[in-house]
Amino acid sequence: MSTSQNEAARPAGQKQGGFNRWFNKRFPMDKMLREHITEYYASKNLNWWFVFGSLALVVLIIQIVSGIFLTMSYKPSAEEAFASVEYIMRDVNWGWLIRYMHSTGASMFFVVVYIHMFRGLMYGSYKSPRELIWIFGMFIYLALAAEAFFGYLLPWGQMSYWGAQVIVSLFGAIPVVGESLVEWIRGDYFISDITLNRFFALHVIALPLVLVGLVAVHIIALHEVGSNNPDGIEIKEKKGPDGIPLDGVPFHPYHTAKDLVAFVAFAIVFVAIVFFAPEMGGYFLEHANFEAADPLKTPEHIAPVWYFTPFYAILRAVPDKLGGVILMGAAMILLFFLPWLDRSPVKSVRYRGWMFKLALTVFVVSFFVLGFLGTRPATGVYTTLARVFTVLYFAFFLLMPIYTKLDKTKPVPERVTYHD
Amino acid sequence: MSDDVDLSRRHFLGVATAVTGGVGAVMAAVPFLASWKPSARAQALGAPVQVDVGKLEPGALLKVEWRGKPVWILRRTDQMLENVKATDAEVRDPESNQPQQPEYARNEFRAIKPEYLIVIGSCTHLGCSPIERFDLAPADLGADWRGGFYCPCHGSKFDLAGRVYKGVPAPLNLPVPPHRYLSDSVILIGSDSGVA
Repeated sequence: MSTSQNEAARPAGQKQGGFNRWFNKRFPMDKMLREHITEYYASKNLNWWFVFGSLALVVLIIQIVSGIFLTMSYKPSAEEAFASVEYIMRDVNWGWLIRYMHSTGASMFFVVVYIHMFRGLMYGSYKSPRELIWIFGMFIYLALAAEAFFGYLLPWGQMSYWGAQVIVSLFGAIPVVGESLVEWIRGDYFISDITLNRFFALHVIALPLVLVGLVAVHIIALHEVGSNNPDGIEIKEKKGPDGIPLDGVPFHPYHTAKDLVAFVAFAIVFVAIVFFAPEMGGYFLEHANFEAADPLKTPEHIAPVWYFTPFYAILRAVPDKLGGVILMGAAMILLFFLPWLDRSPVKSVRYRGWMFKLALTVFVVSFFVLGFLGTRPATGVYTTLARVFTVLYFAFFLLMPIYTKLDKTKPVPERVTYHD
Repeated sequence: MSDDVDLSRRHFLGVATAVTGGVGAVMAAVPFLASWKPSARAQALGAPVQVDVGKLEPGALLKVEWRGKPVWILRRTDQMLENVKATDAEVRDPESNQPQQPEYARNEFRAIKPEYLIVIGSCTHLGCSPIERFDLAPADLGADWRGGFYCPCHGSKFDLAGRVYKGVPAPLNLPVPPHRYLSDSVILIGSDSGVA
C-alpha cells in the first residue's frame, strides 16, 4: 500500500507521522483496527441478544487473568492440592476474590455461551453463509467443556474426584479398547496424583491455547462473512455508493458503546455473585467438594456442575452404558449439523412459522428440564421424565429437516427493521 | 510454462517429502503418547496386597485398598449363601457368563471358598462405590431385598455374590480381582500366580 492510499484511508484532520508511521510500515496495526473494529460494519438493528459474544470474550479474559494468579499459589499434587486451595482462600492476600472470580467465571462462561448459542438458534446465525462460524463456535464449546472438566478436578475435593471418575470411565464403554484407553487417560489404575498433574497441564496450558486459537478463528470467519442480525438478512446485499452496507454501522464506536453497557450490567451481576453467592446454593461450587478427595468413599449423590447436567441426564436416561455414552455424545455432536438439518429458506425466527417456534420452545424447555433432572437422583419418575425429554431433545434435531421444510414462512424484508 | 520444469519430478519430491515428514511426525508422537501410560512407579504401586482374614467375623465386611480401588472381603454366613441362591432369578448374569471374574471364581458363589466373597467395590456402571445393605427387606429397597450392595449414585443393586440385579443401570457383576490364598487365612489380592 502506497503512502498516498494510506493518507486517503485515514479520517480527515488526523495526521500520521513519526512513530505511528514508522510502526505501521512494519506492522499493520491501523489496517487491522480498521478491518476488525472501526470499519467492520455490523447491522444497525442488533438487539441485546447480540452482546453475548463480546461478553464471552470478556469472561475468557477474566478466566485467563484469574487463572494465572491462581497457579501462583496452587499445588497440582494429590497430597497438597486441596490444602493449597484452602491456603488460597484463607492466607493468600485477596486469594478468595481471585478464586471466586475464577469459579464464578467458569459458570458465567457457560451462561453467556449458552445464551450466545440460543441467539444463533433463534436468528439462524448458523445458516449459510455462516456454517463455519457455527462449527468453529461448536469446537469452542467442546474445548470449553473439556477445559471446565479438567479444571474441576484441580481442587481435589470429593466431587472433583468422583466426577472425574465417572466421566473418565465413560470411555471404558468403548468396545475392545475402552479399558486401556481409560488407563491411558488416567496414567494410573485409578484417578491419582498422576491424573491430577496431567489434568493441570491440560487445564492451564493446552486447552487455553486451543481456546484462544479457536476464538481467533471464530472471529476471523465472522468478520469475513459479516454478522447476522435479528431479521436474518444479508446487509451486504444492499450497499451504498461508498461500498458500505446501507444498514451497517461501524463496530466501533456504535456496537462497542452498546457492548460496554452490557458489560457494566454483566459486571454488576458477576461481582454480586462473587461477593454474595459464590457457591450459588451448591450449583457453582458443589457442597461435596468442600471435603478432600477420598478414593474409597463415594459421595451419596454425584452430580456434575449445572452446565453439564442436561447431558448427564441424557446419559442416565439410557439403561445401557454404551448406549448412554453414545446418546450423550450425539446430543453434542448433532449441534454441528444444524446448518444442514435446517431446510428453511429464512434464517430469523421472526419470519418462520409456528412449527419452528414450537420446536425451538420445546428444545429450550427440554434443555432446562434435563438440566434439572441431571441434578436429581436417577430414580422412578425422574428417570421416566429424563427419557421423555431426551426424546424431545433429539426430536428437535432429527425432525428438523421435515418441520423446517413444511413450515410456512413469512416474507423477509429488504432492509433491516426496528420493532420498538 | 512447464517446458523447463519437470513436473513429475516435482510431484514425486513433494510426495516423498510429505510421506517422510508424516512418518517422522508419527514416530515423534509415539513417546509423547506413550508417556501417558502408567509409569514404572505407578505400576510398582499397583502391586498385589496381602490380607489376613483370620479375625474377620462371619457376616462382616473388610475393605482394603488395591490400586486405589476398594476391595471388599465379605465373610458370608450360611444364611447369606442361602440368600445368594435365592436371588438367581432376579440377577442379570446368575451363571457369571460375563468375564467379570477369573475362571476359578466362576461358580455359584463367585469365590474360591464360598465363605469369602472378594470383589472390587466399584460399580460397573460409572465407578461409584456401592454401599453395603445387609438388612433384610428395608423400606427403601423393597420387601424382596435379601441383602447386598446398593449404589447411591444411580441406584444399581448387587446381591451378596456381587451379581447385578436386572433393571438397574449397571450392566455387569462386580468384578472379582485376581487373588489366591497364601494360607488358610491369608489372601493375596492382585495376583493369582507366581511368587508374591
